[in-house]
Amino acid sequence: MLLRHTPKEITDRKILTINPAKTCQPIGAMYAALGIHNCLPHSHGSQGCCAYHRSTLTRHYKEPVMAATSSFTEGASVFGGQANLVQAIDNIFTIYEPDVIAVHTTCLSETIGDDIPQIARKAEADGKIPPGKYVIHVNTPSYVGTHVTGFAGMTKAMVDYFAESAGKKINQINIIPGYVEPSDMEEIRRIAEVMGVRTVLFPDTSGVLNRPQTGKYDMFPPGGVTVEALKSTGNSQATIALGQLASGPAARALDSKCKVPCEILDLPIGLKATDRFVDTLRRTAGTDVPDTINIERGRLLDIITDMHQYFYGKKVALAGDPDQLIALTEFLVSIDMWPIHIVSGTVDKDFQARIKEITQYVPHPVNVGIPGDLFLLHQWIKNEPVDLLVGNTYMKYISRDEDIPLVRFGFPVLDRIGHGYFPTVGYRGGMRLLEKILDVLLDRQDRDAKEESFELVM
Amino acid sequence: MSATVFDERRNQIHRKGDTPFDLACDKDSLAGAVSQRACVFCGSRVVLYPIADALHLVHGPIGCAAYTWDIRGALSSGPELHRLSFSTDLRERDIIFGGEDKLYRALIELIDRHAPQAAFVYSTCIVGIIGDDLEGVSRRVEKEKGIPVIPVQSEGFKGNKRAGYHAACRAMFRLTGSGGTSAISAKSINILGDFNLAGELWIIRRYYERMGIEVVANVTGDGRVADLQRAHGAALNVVQCSGSTMDLAKMMQAEYGTPFLRVSYFGVEDMAESLYTVARFFEDLDPEIVSRTRELVKEELESLYPELEKYRSALAGKKAAIYVGGAFKAFSLIKAFRLVGMDVVLVGSQTGTKEDYQELYEITDRGTVIVDDTNPLELSSFLQDRHVDVFVGGVKERPIAYKLGVGFCDHNHERKTVLAGFQGMLNFAKEVHSSVMSPVWRFVPRHTTNSTPGSEEPASVPERLTAAGGA
Repeated sequence: MLLRHTPKEITDRKILTINPAKTCQPIGAMYAALGIHNCLPHSHGSQGCCAYHRSTLTRHYKEPVMAATSSFTEGASVFGGQANLVQAIDNIFTIYEPDVIAVHTTCLSETIGDDIPQIARKAEADGKIPPGKYVIHVNTPSYVGTHVTGFAGMTKAMVDYFAESAGKKINQINIIPGYVEPSDMEEIRRIAEVMGVRTVLFPDTSGVLNRPQTGKYDMFPPGGVTVEALKSTGNSQATIALGQLASGPAARALDSKCKVPCEILDLPIGLKATDRFVDTLRRTAGTDVPDTINIERGRLLDIITDMHQYFYGKKVALAGDPDQLIALTEFLVSIDMWPIHIVSGTVDKDFQARIKEITQYVPHPVNVGIPGDLFLLHQWIKNEPVDLLVGNTYMKYISRDEDIPLVRFGFPVLDRIGHGYFPTVGYRGGMRLLEKILDVLLDRQDRDAKEESFELVM
Repeated sequence: MSATVFDERRNQIHRKGDTPFDLACDKDSLAGAVSQRACVFCGSRVVLYPIADALHLVHGPIGCAAYTWDIRGALSSGPELHRLSFSTDLRERDIIFGGEDKLYRALIELIDRHAPQAAFVYSTCIVGIIGDDLEGVSRRVEKEKGIPVIPVQSEGFKGNKRAGYHAACRAMFRLTGSGGTSAISAKSINILGDFNLAGELWIIRRYYERMGIEVVANVTGDGRVADLQRAHGAALNVVQCSGSTMDLAKMMQAEYGTPFLRVSYFGVEDMAESLYTVARFFEDLDPEIVSRTRELVKEELESLYPELEKYRSALAGKKAAIYVGGAFKAFSLIKAFRLVGMDVVLVGSQTGTKEDYQELYEITDRGTVIVDDTNPLELSSFLQDRHVDVFVGGVKERPIAYKLGVGFCDHNHERKTVLAGFQGMLNFAKEVHSSVMSPVWRFVPRHTTNSTPGSEEPASVPERLTAAGGA
């Protein structure tokens, strides 16, 4: 029992996080920045931060993850990190030659009060930023928000630094995909393309963190949204933002900066949320929903029809990020499963109310922990067991100890593959999620069946 | 490609045979370089975390605890408290008003619930800046709860990983000296510098036990607080790994007069030599011990060599590259590769010292590139230029090797099989074999467009590197 130290009895905890269901802002900012073409994320702080973020992203994607660091020493933390950052900017543009350096701060540089725009201006005045190259930034102190807000902040920085309004709208729609996998970003773009909608998708980590084996190592892979495309977002007809927390700030910034109206939707996970996404695309772009999409929807519905008895009344415990959890909970409820324990380390003021609304007809009390952690989730499970766990790799301890099947979903997934390549958004993503859920549930049923009731056909 | 090496780094790279050897090292990484190095906190955390019955509380924002949660698969035969992640999860309010009260209450709550044998409280960057008095809070809790509560001064910015090892050693040193030692044999050792990844420490421990030696404390693999407390009762400290626990051995020598020996458990030669060195130490007390050890080594080798031969015949002549955290491990890896007939064409480390590199220089072949604190661009150009078949490195290096179509062996946090001991040599050969000989490389463009790697003349080191060596 790896978690034998977790007692069943729940005591009120206000000062401690045990087995977190979140991590800190900078990694989210780094992930978002990797979704800009020819961009080197830069961590303004100690070396460790950058090494940890790169290692975690590398373990999650099994891909090279490039980012530079200001390599703070004791001196820098006393006298400020200006000299380090100016030198870093110079070195990066000289040797690695990216188009963009995307700086995020850390708790260290925030607390000593480094002013990134001022330092960037100094670097520019000193001639360290070549013409046509950019240094953008976001403040991501680790003691505020979580990886989700770090992602949201860097995505908003793309608007703050790049979006321009020429006064004349062009025929394209911005899509902000939210804190999702490269495969999801690809799928969202595909759906828009199939519907004949011209889009700018940002950030876009597809082609960056799900690269093919080519026998070559490129420091800057072919994927990512270009600076040119980011600039054009100010002239788009509209913005569709997916995920209130991860995409909302950038969408609203674009609205106020360039008067691009936005609609902020849930992540398109599951039938209903994807319906809303497709419908919004259709309305915004004034197109029709093509057969391809209708067929995909029909197939998803067909799987639910064929297998609905296996979903009926199955209790589920979930952990992850609010944007994902809202959509996922809705999906599970819509197929008659009962999400009864839901935990996120990320605070979102509307979360509790949304989950209550979505689960109001679930015939079982629903625990919502926000902010919560996996220690609390495990205690809830000990008190009220479930049939299925959905969450990141850290849930495998609970899965093993309590002997409950786990569908890996969210960040990070350190021990399985697939998330980089196969989406969970859209109708096809919904089909994949159902396949994963059914696989573990039916494997469990097969494993536990008595010999006389072991069935061939299910 | 001429720009892959920073000017400032040219004297941190050397190709053996070109010029007199004078490698620059122990330098702060260049700001803006994509360094593969980590921080002080990381160093402390990896060393201390295998102590399984202690509470490990990270005082800082959540990231520091999240990224080091069960970071390297250090196995325990008993408690698993070390596999949980405890954090004070400092928020903006705490940064303004200080986190001492939060830390105090967190410690009390955790000690009451989990009854650990001791508590380690890790300092992080931010704690160093806001100036929380870890020492004071720890003393207070120690008094109230009656267990050792030890602050680990591991603020991330105060150096690199090696400084973290030092902080960890200082923390452990505070535990030593307090336990009873009367029952400890005169033929006794502490095992320092093995973290029981994949169960390696258990294998090493059994060798010593077969030699008739009592192992008092495992530092820190499958470690226990009570063992550390009586570690000063051991006759000898046997230290593996370059930086991580050497400081503890030195402190114990100064305080208790405990002598220490440096050993390595990787590769047949070093493994055997380590056991002989320890045996010779106890020869006066036990004249039979050397012959017993010889018997043990013989037994192990007799079963190992025929097995190893299978891999050696396939691997002979292939080329290896090594980039590890501490340089000490590289010495053993070079010998291990030689044993299976492979050539090491590149060797480097994140935190090697002048002495480490001098020793590397002495044991490598002419033409080998030696490098300190490298980065992905340099690494990838070396791997390609030298037609490397297998790369030994860590988490961040693996996908770079794979993208280039180069085999890989994780000799660090993510090793999945025992690589130490005699059995470990066989596993190592098997792991290298499984990657080097994998059919997947046949499909990789680099290999399909070129002739068979390794069959052609070794590419000369690019001009920029030879020029660098002379600078």
